[in-house]
Order: sequence, then structure tokens, then C-alpha cells
Amino acid sequence: MSQKLTREPEAAPGKPEPTPSPARPDPKRPGETVFRGFALGAGIAILAILAAVATFLLIQGSPALLADPAALTAKGYGPFLEWVLPYVFGTVWAAVLALAMAVPVAIGIALFISHYAPRRLAQPLGYVIDLLAAVPSVVFGLWGSLMLAPAVRPLFTWLNANLGFIPLFSGQVSGTGRTIFTAAIVLATMVLPIITSLCREVFLQTPKLHEEAALALGATRWEMVKMSVFPFARPGIIAAVMLGLGRALGETMAVTMVLSGGRNITFQILTSENPNSIAAQIAQNFPEAFGLKTNQLIAAGLVLFLITLVVNMIARWIVARRAAYSGAN
Amino acid sequence: MTTLSQTLASDALTSGRLPRFTVPVIAVASLLVGIAVASLFAGGNLALAAVLGFVLYLLAMETAARVVEGARQASDRRATTLVTGAFILALLPLGSVAWEAISKGIARFDLNYFTMSMRNIVGAGGGAVHAIYGTLYVTGLASLMSIPIGLLTAIYLSEYGRGNRLAKSITFFVDVMTGIPSIVAGLFAYALMGLLIGPGFKSGFSGSIALSVLMIPVVVRSSEEILRLVPNELREASYALGVPKWLTIVRIVVPTAISGLISGIILSIARVIGETAPLLIASGFTASLNNNPFDNPMMTLPVFVYDSYAHPGTDVQAYWDRAWTGALTLILIVMLLNLIGRLIARRFAPKIGR
Amino acid sequence: MSKRIETTDLNVYYGSFRAVEDVTITIEPRTVTAFIGPSGCGKSTFLRTLNRMHEVIPGAHVEGEVLLDGENLYGVGVDPVRVRRQVGMVFQRPNPFPTMSIKENVLAGIRLNNKRMPRAEQDDLVERSLRGANLWEEVKNRLELPGSGLSGGQQQRLCIARAIAMEPQVLLMDEPCSALDPISTLAIEDLISELKEQYTIVIVTHNMQQAARVSDVTAFFNIAGTGSPGRLIEVGPTDKIFSAPDEKATEDYISGRFG
Repeated sequence: MSQKLTREPEAAPGKPEPTPSPARPDPKRPGETVFRGFALGAGIAILAILAAVATFLLIQGSPALLADPAALTAKGYGPFLEWVLPYVFGTVWAAVLALAMAVPVAIGIALFISHYAPRRLAQPLGYVIDLLAAVPSVVFGLWGSLMLAPAVRPLFTWLNANLGFIPLFSGQVSGTGRTIFTAAIVLATMVLPIITSLCREVFLQTPKLHEEAALALGATRWEMVKMSVFPFARPGIIAAVMLGLGRALGETMAVTMVLSGGRNITFQILTSENPNSIAAQIAQNFPEAFGLKTNQLIAAGLVLFLITLVVNMIARWIVARRAAYSGAN
Repeated sequence: MTTLSQTLASDALTSGRLPRFTVPVIAVASLLVGIAVASLFAGGNLALAAVLGFVLYLLAMETAARVVEGARQASDRRATTLVTGAFILALLPLGSVAWEAISKGIARFDLNYFTMSMRNIVGAGGGAVHAIYGTLYVTGLASLMSIPIGLLTAIYLSEYGRGNRLAKSITFFVDVMTGIPSIVAGLFAYALMGLLIGPGFKSGFSGSIALSVLMIPVVVRSSEEILRLVPNELREASYALGVPKWLTIVRIVVPTAISGLISGIILSIARVIGETAPLLIASGFTASLNNNPFDNPMMTLPVFVYDSYAHPGTDVQAYWDRAWTGALTLILIVMLLNLIGRLIARRFAPKIGR
Repeated sequence: MSKRIETTDLNVYYGSFRAVEDVTITIEPRTVTAFIGPSGCGKSTFLRTLNRMHEVIPGAHVEGEVLLDGENLYGVGVDPVRVRRQVGMVFQRPNPFPTMSIKENVLAGIRLNNKRMPRAEQDDLVERSLRGANLWEEVKNRLELPGSGLSGGQQQRLCIARAIAMEPQVLLMDEPCSALDPISTLAIEDLISELKEQYTIVIVTHNMQQAARVSDVTAFFNIAGTGSPGRLIEVGPTDKIFSAPDEKATEDYISGRFG
């Protein structure tokens, strides 16, 4: 073995000695340089891909954004903003309905797995819920429109007959059951596992000491959960809900296949006059679209991207803030 | 609070407790009443029976607990019931989806389905072999692009860039990428190919690009997490032997984490193999087998399911049957991938923790 | 096969925080030098600068020089990887590579550096190193089994075998027994006494009896308080440090008044 500490060529004498920087690899070790270069390149490639996503959507969407509103009106879909607004409403409305149903259930499931189910069963039960996340969206779409929609019709009729005074349930009940409510149920099923798994993780992170302190004061299990688990987990729950919202906003197939929506802005959820979501609008029209219509749909995609981006950013921000002060990580 | 001070006032350690058999007895009784009411007034609607049973159980337990055990115990029991109910509620769609897919998909789960395409088929018969091939091509190409980029990025983040600004911004943008709606990824691939090759160009490869956008962040996140689990002691042991950093990563860090890495990659494939919307946009539809992923539309299994459902010909049932069989096949593929992924993670994990 | 280490006015920083201040020490070949001192006094940090392992921690850097038989480890063009091939290290917790067998662990340094070696020579090296680490008799029949299957003390001796298989000049040991039971500790201590015939050995220990038992020279490190840098207070023959130290702080520490 060589007794030399330096590699060839020998260090130039008389040069001022720089403090060796630990971060930098030895430039004379080719393997190191190449490997590090590849790793770095991959990371930068990701940045490039994301930039490309934004750029290409802008390029291909801009004709619709810049086109003369009169020309768009002549083609039958009006100025871009006016055209897209009902779909923005539909997107948000469907997602909000879905979350209203999914969040309480998800928190319940997460709590069941983390604090109620027997220890040994906790992990398998978690897998079962994860299975829901594994089902492809097109299968949920198929299920929602062919099985769920007919099945919920009696419920819709009942809600309309007995709670019809609430604007939500008013109006003429749809004959097919394929309404925004049904779509929202399917969406709720799809975001359920996401919210559940995040909440479960946060619940499990509750400091044991807090829980034991509550129990030692004579709290029942539910009081312990209220006293120590929920306060600790609140930011985590909010973040999970926001991430679920991001997913629900961008989910395409459930809405595309269940809903026959139009450009309606309505809060009635049982009628056959339904709003449509941006994603569904794109999926339903893109295959047959050409020319300016394609550009318009791509621009709508850009709008969807921006909405989900904002929602996800807020979620990440909450997570980051929580990590900073809770000391849980 | 009064209850608490009362309890404290008396030194007794015992208080009223409902006997153990209360829960099953009340549960069965409520369910029976629910079924009875449902069959008398609503022609035996199962859903109604379950809902009624659940509500009755809640009310009966509430009353019994309140009378015997007090308000605090009653609310504790109510919480337990609701939380357990939430879990059971989630099992309903899972069970229903599985049942529908199996019972309706089994009809066409035959040899023809896996050997024939839809070329020149109207009505019954035909199969999805073109879509299955397409799914393999598209997902395979997407994996070929995503796995190296994702894995190397994860290595950069966990081994080289710990805490520096570039690593932080990559982590941030990977998070952003995770949130890209799948249909937007499809639009991106379409827009990219439209500019590079020509408007309206659709191919299997376009679909792979879209899937890569969705898959890369998943691979990065899972791999980075796994690489961070490799104890620093092993890296130090290797450095102390005079092993350069890159060899330490290649020979020590990656082999130690390999089962977790593979499992993460398989799960990420499972995640994108069922994607429909981006392929609808970027790869399009076709009825026949296309063995060239770089030109002409390519059918994939999820899109086949959607297409069969959304554009049935005159013989609607035949198309819907094929859709269900496609759904069943997809579920089986995804479940199989999930199973393999988890088995690898569990079986081949080296004992790191002592 | 052992070299002398000399440091002059060595400072170690974590970012802008000075962790170790102005250490000047000479470590003689074929002796065991023990570093003792309270927690956080910088003895482990200083030890790591002797084979540039501190550079693994982001932001850590050194001012001053460390001479290995006169050659500066921090000179221009010095490759830390080559330094570490000559200055081996054993860590607090045994850390055999979990993916490798016992034999592969011993050969790890050779194989990981992409060196080719004939089979016979490999077997020879494995036996020599394991014998050197007093482990041969215990594992010679299960060389192909994973190293993580051994007991803690055996694992630590495996790590020592792994280090001496590289035929280093110096062996650094960072509290090598702190995770071991008393019997395994004794085995390691016996081994250290044998190893000093061939190597320059530097050992950091929390256990003063251990320092007294195994070392020829003892160096005492201390800190004035939290946030201030660690300093080398006194260094001398172990007998003297433990019986008649020059410094009051050393005496207080040795007699158990703090630390």
C-alpha cells in the first residue's frame, strides 16, 4: 500500500494553504466527480421538468388567453375567464363536498387505528385502508356511475322529500342518481385514505407522556384524546385536509365518469343540473378537441394547476411551521 | 366537573360498570330491530337496516351508559362507537368495489380477453390485449425514465445536499410536483409533443412522459426516506476504511437500503399504472395493437376501461362487461404489485436497528 | 508499521463555533494514548481530526496542522480518503456492515476500494486480521454468516479486525467499549495491549479505570463551561496523571469531583 497521503501530481510547493473545504469532493477522483455529477444532474433535471411543465402549458395555453374574445365567442365558448369560471366553481364545490364527508370519517378511522384498535391489529387495519388508495381512479369511476349512482337514488328521493327545505337538497331529484353529490361521495372515498394515513401518523406522534399524564389524571380514553391527542395533532390534521383537498381538486376520472355536468353554478346537489369540474371538462372534451379549443382546455389545465399549487403550498407551509415548533420530529 | 369532584369526594374505587356482555347484546338487538323495521317498511333494504341498527345501538348504549356509568363514561362509549363506525364505513366502498369488479368482471375474464384486441370488433367478443401491451409499454418506459432520475435525486438529497440551498429547493419542488393533478401532467406531455413533433401527436411515449412527471416525485420521496434510515455509523465505518464517498454510497448505503428502495419503486409503479386521465390526453385511443410506443396512439388498460364505459356501441352490455373485466385486471395488477412491494420490504430488510 | 502524530495549535470549528482550542500534543508510535475528560470537552472531536473524519459533519473544519511522521494531513493536495487508509478508526457502537458476512466485513476495506486480491491472499488476510483481533477462534467456522449475528463484543472485535486489515499506521478508538458489557470490555482491553506492539493507538474513554489500565500516556481535556471551547489541560505518562498531576483540574476530575 502506498504510504503517500497525496495523490499525483504532487502538491505545488509554496502555494498558500487553503482551508480544505469538506463539502467539495476531491476533483482528482473521477468516480466521485462523475457520480456526484449524475446525482446533481438528476436533481436539476427535476427542476427543469417542473419548469418545462409550466412553460409548455403556458405556451400551448396562451393562444386561448390572448385570443380575441369575439373570436372565442364566435366559436361558442366565450372569453376565457367567463368560460372557465363555472368549471372553477364546479371543481371547488365538488372538492368541498367530498371533504365535508371524508374528513370526519378519516379522523375517526385514523383515531380507531392509532388509539382504539388492538395494538396487533393496528398495522393490518392500516393496510386495509391503504388498499382503498391503491384502487385505480377509473375503477372508482366505473363503480360510482354503474353501481353507486343507482344505489343512492332512494336516499336522494328521501332527502329531497324530507329535508327539501334545505337549499342543498331542494330541486327536482335527478332520475339517474348521477349528480354532484354522487361524484362527491366517490371523491370522498378516494381522498379518505390520504387524509387517514396522514392523520394516523400525526396521532401516533402524540407524546406518550402527554397521553399518560391525561390518563393519570383519571381521564377516560375519549377525554385523553380530546386533552392530549387533538391539540397536538391540530396543525397536522389541517395539513392533511389541505393535501386531501389538493387531491380532490385535481381528481379527474371520478367526476368525468359519474357526472354529466354543464356550465351550471348551483348549490343544489340532487338535481340533474350539475356543475362540471375543470379536470372532467378537459377529459370529456380533449379527445375530440382541435385548434383553439385544445388551447383553451390546456389553459384551463393551467388554472387547475395554479389552484392545486396554492392549496398544496398552504398545506406544506402548515406542515413546515408545525415541524419547526412542535419538536415532534 | 361536578362528576369529577363527586368521584373524588367518595374514595370508592368501584363505580357502576356495564357488564361485558352489554355491548354484543345491544349491538345484536339493534341490528335485528333495524333489519325488522327495514324489511317491514322498506322491502328489506340492507343499507337502511344497517343505518337504523347503528343509530339504535348509539341511542341504547348512550342511555344504558348514562344510567349505570355516568355522563363521562357515556361520552367515552359514544366516541368509541363513532370511531369504530367510521372504520367500518370505510370498508363498505372497499368491499363494494371489490365485489362489483369480481362479480361483473369475471364474465369476460377469459382467454379471448387476454389474447384479442378490439380490432374489427363491434359488440361482444374481443379483448384488451392491445391495452395490456400498451400499459406495459407506457409504464415500462415511464419507469425507465423515472427510476434513475428519482433514485439519483434521492441520493443527492440524502447524501450530498443535506441542508444546502439547492437541496432545499429540489425538495420543495418535488413537493410541488407531488401535487400536480394527473390530467395536467397529461396536458404537459401533449403540449410538449405538440411543440416538438406536431400538433395532435399522440403516442405511448407521450403517456410515459406524463406518467414520469407523476412518478418521479413518488420515487424521490420514498427513496430519500429509506436512504435516511441507513445509520450514519455505516457511512462513517466506510469512510474510516478510506473508502471514497461515492463508493460508500454505491457499495454500502444503497445495498443496505436496497429492499426498501425496490419496495418503494414497485409501489410507485403501482401508483401510476392505474392512471387514466393523463393517458387519455397524451396516448389517446385505438382499437388495435400498437407495438411502437413512439408513434400513433396507444391504448392502455385504464383508458380501455374508460373508453368501453363511455363509448359503448350498440351492444352496451358487452362493452360494460369488458370495462368491468378491465377494472378487475387493473385491481389485480395493482394489488399484486402492492403485495410484492410490501413483501420485499419486510422479507429482505437487513437488520439495521439493534 | 506505526507513525508519530504531532499537532500544533490545532483548532476545530463547527461552523463559526470553536469546539476545540489550541491543542498541541505529540502522540508516540507503539504506545497507547488515552484521551479523558468530561462530556463535551472535545476529545472525540479532536480524535476525529486525526483522520479527517470530522469532515463528515457539515461545517466542521480545522485550523492548524496535524503531522503524521512529519507530513501534514491538512496540507495542499492531501486526500482525506488516503489519510483514512493509514489512520484507521473504531467507533463507539460496533457497526459491522449488515449486508456483508463476517469475512466480507474484514475484507470490506480492500473490496470497497475496488482492489483485486487473489483468493489465497484474501483468506490469509482474513485469518491474520481476525487473529489480530482475537476473534478467529470464535468465528472461524462461520465466516460466511452475517456479521450482525455476533454478540456486541464480538462485533466490536470484528470492527477492529476490519480496521487492521487495512494495515493502518495508527488506530483511533472512540469509546470502543462504551456499548459493551464488562466481559467484552476486558477482551477489548486485552486486545489493545497486544495491538500496541504494532500500532500507534489513540483511545477516547469515559472510563478512567480503563484509561489507567490500558494506556501509557493520558491526555486530559476540559471545558470552562458550556459554549466555550474544549482545551487540552495536561498530558503525561498515565502513572503520573493518575497519581500526581500538575494541574488542579486534572486532579479534581481524576478524584471524581466533577465529570
